[in-house]
Amino acid sequence: MTGQTHALLAGLTVVAVLVIIRLVRRGALKAKYSVLWLTVGLVLAVAASVPTLLDRLADRLGIWYQPTLFLLLAIGFLLLVAMHFSYELSRLEKRVRALAEELALLRGPVEVDAPRTPEPPEPGPIGRDRTDGEPDGRELA
Amino acid sequence: MRTAVIIPAFDEADALPAVLADLAAHVPDHEVIVVDDGSTDGTHLVAVAGGATCLRLPFNLGIGGALRLGFRHAVREGYDRAYQFDADGQHDATQIPTLLAALDDADMVIGSRFATDRGYRVGRSRGVAMALLRRLVGAISGQRFTDTSSGFRAFRRPVLEFFATEYPMEYMESVEALVLAVRHGFTVHEVPVTMRDRSAGTASNRNLRLVYHFVRLLIVLLAGGPGGRSRRTGRKGTSR
Repeated sequence: MTGQTHALLAGLTVVAVLVIIRLVRRGALKAKYSVLWLTVGLVLAVAASVPTLLDRLADRLGIWYQPTLFLLLAIGFLLLVAMHFSYELSRLEKRVRALAEELALLRGPVEVDAPRTPEPPEPGPIGRDRTDGEPDGRELA
Repeated sequence: MRTAVIIPAFDEADALPAVLADLAAHVPDHEVIVVDDGSTDGTHLVAVAGGATCLRLPFNLGIGGALRLGFRHAVREGYDRAYQFDADGQHDATQIPTLLAALDDADMVIGSRFATDRGYRVGRSRGVAMALLRRLVGAISGQRFTDTSSGFRAFRRPVLEFFATEYPMEYMESVEALVLAVRHGFTVHEVPVTMRDRSAGTASNRNLRLVYHFVRLLIVLLAGGPGGRSRRTGRKGTSR
């Protein structure tokens, strides 16, 4: 790698780490995810500050074209991240389902007192005039 | 013996009144529970107008999600048995006694369109997929089922309690549920029934989606399914 690409890499690394820290401080990124990305930043920083590190490692592993090592690591890492997200998604889906059920049970059976039906409405018990005609949660469907 | 009818309904305001009338005519002593699965066409109003108890999900969960809510409700309300009935008019209320009669010797009964030839037809690719599922379910369960994806099924209370927490949610969940019940040691029988063609609403099988769900189902069945050990232990941390 040339000096310029090196400077570029170092600059990008610094920017990335700063962005992550900012996001965490603003509470936009949960700390547990920030660990993941800060680790990436750290690895990048090390790679940037010790120029020959990747090359030597590639040689040791018998990788003929050194950038391949970098790509290999990057792809492996991204795969792990994607898998982790799938895992989290599955968990969240399960919880959202449970919550939706719980909500439906808490809300109780639908009661319609409004004169939507042909029959005249009977005086319902006080405080239970739930019409449920509003499109709640429709935008989520 | 208290019996509940569980009807998952998603945008079935057009077909539902006829179904409810059919049920009221043939099985007036069964409590009808409509689970409105996030409909936006006023399905819940139609359900209540038709004399049913209606639970409303805040958004669409799919048949499996709606069913599990129905099972939970049935368990909470202390029903001895319940059966599942389609909101689109596909199922025939005159067949209900046949289904429930078989529940005397089984924990769960499936109403099969194909146990004897009663004229129900499906397309070719669908037929092939169903045949494959039949084979696979047969191999896993050690039992012969002719209609693994039927949505006309009856359950005794122990099965209701089991499904109230364990019912699968994804599309074609009925096959998964069948295997789950057999694996769990429940006796599952099949009885021949007749069904109608769907009267209103659209069947939810666009081809690519169907292929995806079919492959997903194969993986679930071959991998031991969510009823296996992994799900059990994974359940510990959740809110149920």
